[in-house]
Amino acid sequence: MRLAAFDEMLPEVSGLRKPYSAYDRWLKEQDPARLTEKMQDAERVFRKTGITFAVYGEQEASERLIPFDIVPRIISGNEWRRLTQGIEQRVQALNAFLDDIYHRQEILRAGRVPRELVAKNEAFLPEMIGVRPPAGVYTHIIGVDIVRISENEFYVLEDNARTPSGVSYMLENRETMMQLFPELFQQIKVRPVENYPQLLRQSLAAVRPQSTKGTPTIAVLTPGSFNSAYFEHAFLADQMGVQLVEGQDLRVVDGHVAMRTTEGYKQIDVLYRRVDDSFLDPLTFRPDSALGVPGIMDVYRAGNITIANAPGTGIADDKAIYSYMPEIVEFYTGRKAILGNIPTWRCSEPDSLKYVLEHIHELVIKEVHGSGGYGMLVGPAATKKECQDFAKKLQAKPSNYIAQPTLALSTCPILTEKGLSPRHVDLRPYVLVSDRIQIVPGGLTRVALKEGSLVVNSSQGGGTKDTWVLDD
Amino acid sequence: MLLGRTANGLYWMNRYIERAENMARLVDAGLRMALTRTQNASEEWNSVLLSAGADVAFTQKYQDYTAANVSDFLLRDTANPSSTMSAIETARNNARMVRTALTRETWESINEAWMSLKRMLAKPIDERDLPSVLDAIKRETALIRGSFYGTMLRNEIFDFSQLGTYVERADNTARILDVKYYVLLPSISWVGSTLDNYQWESILRSVSAHRSYRWVYEADYKPTNIADYLILNVRMPRSLTFCYRFLAEHLKFLGDDYGERHACHATAEKTQAMLRAGSIKDIFDTGLHEFLASFIRDNTRLGDEIAQDYKFY
Repeated sequence: MRLAAFDEMLPEVSGLRKPYSAYDRWLKEQDPARLTEKMQDAERVFRKTGITFAVYGEQEASERLIPFDIVPRIISGNEWRRLTQGIEQRVQALNAFLDDIYHRQEILRAGRVPRELVAKNEAFLPEMIGVRPPAGVYTHIIGVDIVRISENEFYVLEDNARTPSGVSYMLENRETMMQLFPELFQQIKVRPVENYPQLLRQSLAAVRPQSTKGTPTIAVLTPGSFNSAYFEHAFLADQMGVQLVEGQDLRVVDGHVAMRTTEGYKQIDVLYRRVDDSFLDPLTFRPDSALGVPGIMDVYRAGNITIANAPGTGIADDKAIYSYMPEIVEFYTGRKAILGNIPTWRCSEPDSLKYVLEHIHELVIKEVHGSGGYGMLVGPAATKKECQDFAKKLQAKPSNYIAQPTLALSTCPILTEKGLSPRHVDLRPYVLVSDRIQIVPGGLTRVALKEGSLVVNSSQGGGTKDTWVLDD
Repeated sequence: MLLGRTANGLYWMNRYIERAENMARLVDAGLRMALTRTQNASEEWNSVLLSAGADVAFTQKYQDYTAANVSDFLLRDTANPSSTMSAIETARNNARMVRTALTRETWESINEAWMSLKRMLAKPIDERDLPSVLDAIKRETALIRGSFYGTMLRNEIFDFSQLGTYVERADNTARILDVKYYVLLPSISWVGSTLDNYQWESILRSVSAHRSYRWVYEADYKPTNIADYLILNVRMPRSLTFCYRFLAEHLKFLGDDYGERHACHATAEKTQAMLRAGSIKDIFDTGLHEFLASFIRDNTRLGDEIAQDYKFY
């Protein structure tokens, strides 16, 4: 199946789009053989620096590269300004929602979001009720997945308010592009992204506990070197100049979280954790977890450590909650959402379920709690048998699923052996929240490398591109 | 400030890099003997395995001490935790764990060494290729060392790394001497050696010192000189004295930085003082084997104390 998609470089109707004009000029002067060479150089660079990710369930290839395409995805300054307004509004609403849901629950009382959707949700942590995090921020680091349908239509596909990953690829992709094509960056003014680690560090320092004396000690908590995103954890700790710690390094000492150093235990004030909620504290959550810190939740409740993102933020990016985001944004900001949602059928509702079952071959159906492109059905690309099998799962547990129309995600060309060829893309900009909201001009563009495919996840054959926001 | 776990990772990363190289050097010495001698090659390979501390594990898998078996076991067998391939893999896993403590150059050199050795040692080594494989291993570890020395800041990270290198190296040199001590056994009063020179040369080759020996001593191999060279020479980079000079120095840096002395300081200084005061005659008089056995014990204890004093676990 081929969807008629909007190409961001060369739409069929209007010809070359303006943000790409300077790049296109440069591209036409290039020798194709040299470009192919550059493509191989890029792979060498990534392999050498060890920028790999682990794929769960694949024994031999435990470390793989995410394929990188050398054609940049280019966004004009104007387009970016519009996007950032929408993102800021949304992120404000997410934090306000979290604060509300763990305190007065006004949105539930007002009946805008069904109570049982929150109360019965695994991502909702009763332990967080009444807890106000330092500086009042719940979700500090957010990745908002955005798709484009046409010149003027952008939609939010997903909010990642827990521990969004991929920002290291944004940074390394830019590094690699600058190494490969320095002349391009002299000809075209691209807004820089490389200060992200500094911004992250400042942002984390700004939300330190009130009791912190002097410069706060910050650390990144990783599940360990066998985690699929370990490279990123190490990268960020390194770039920020902070310690990369594991649960085994940490312990609660005198009411504070402390790390074991060669000179004894040292207090930590801000923990950027890349460990899931349920593993954070074996005394509060999963007792079998060796990845977290026993007693950290008590320290947290006493206000003696900042955990970023706060425990329990998952309730804000849950796929079932997602469908209420337009209401949530309006409820807390008093304005209509600038960035739209993709229309979503909640299979828990009988009418919606009926519609979804009847149109299964047209829809994308996702598990409410799934991620990474696992456990989803892309109706138009599935066989009849796959649709039937999925329908059975759907009927067995409807509340576990949502459905969305199959959107013709915009495309952006990639370089193939036969020249440029369009592939579907999405965009994940990264947002930092402290006493202010900061969005780095750029983000991670994920691209479905298989022709016609709509699944951009790296675990499912997706690649990445450098994302340029023009300084125009 | 350094995490105890990171110090541990740095220490073992460097022990394993050193080990990866030592295995190649041992095989190199064995190969040299096998090529220059027609008989008793299997005895030589046996002593290579003994020096590598791998004889028991080897005999569980093989019956014949041949170049192919021994080099396969010591270089590429991942079931042998001390083989070059296992060692470089463990070194890299440790490097991955402590990546934030390493310069980009150091990490990349380790990662590249791992990638190229993994490729090279994926299939059994053709005997004709063995010399070039050994060269490649030594080259890769030399590149790691080069980028490490060339780019790392001389701070606690450097100190813990060096402690790993020298504890492993001292252990290795002492073991080689201990395995070959019967070659050196004839006491200094013993004259008129009929023992073939090649045995002595093999000792020197195992520590890449067969040429430098001649710069320091006369051209003849003498048991006392060889032992003196590998135990007491201050300038020989693989001698026990040399190793302990640096162990004591890096421990002193740590002690000064942290403003605290530990058990490991006393242990290292005691061994260093013993080496400084000792003469090769005294060592032979008390018995070379006894001397080495006690040295290896103390060296192991030093490693344990470092781990404990600096909260590795």
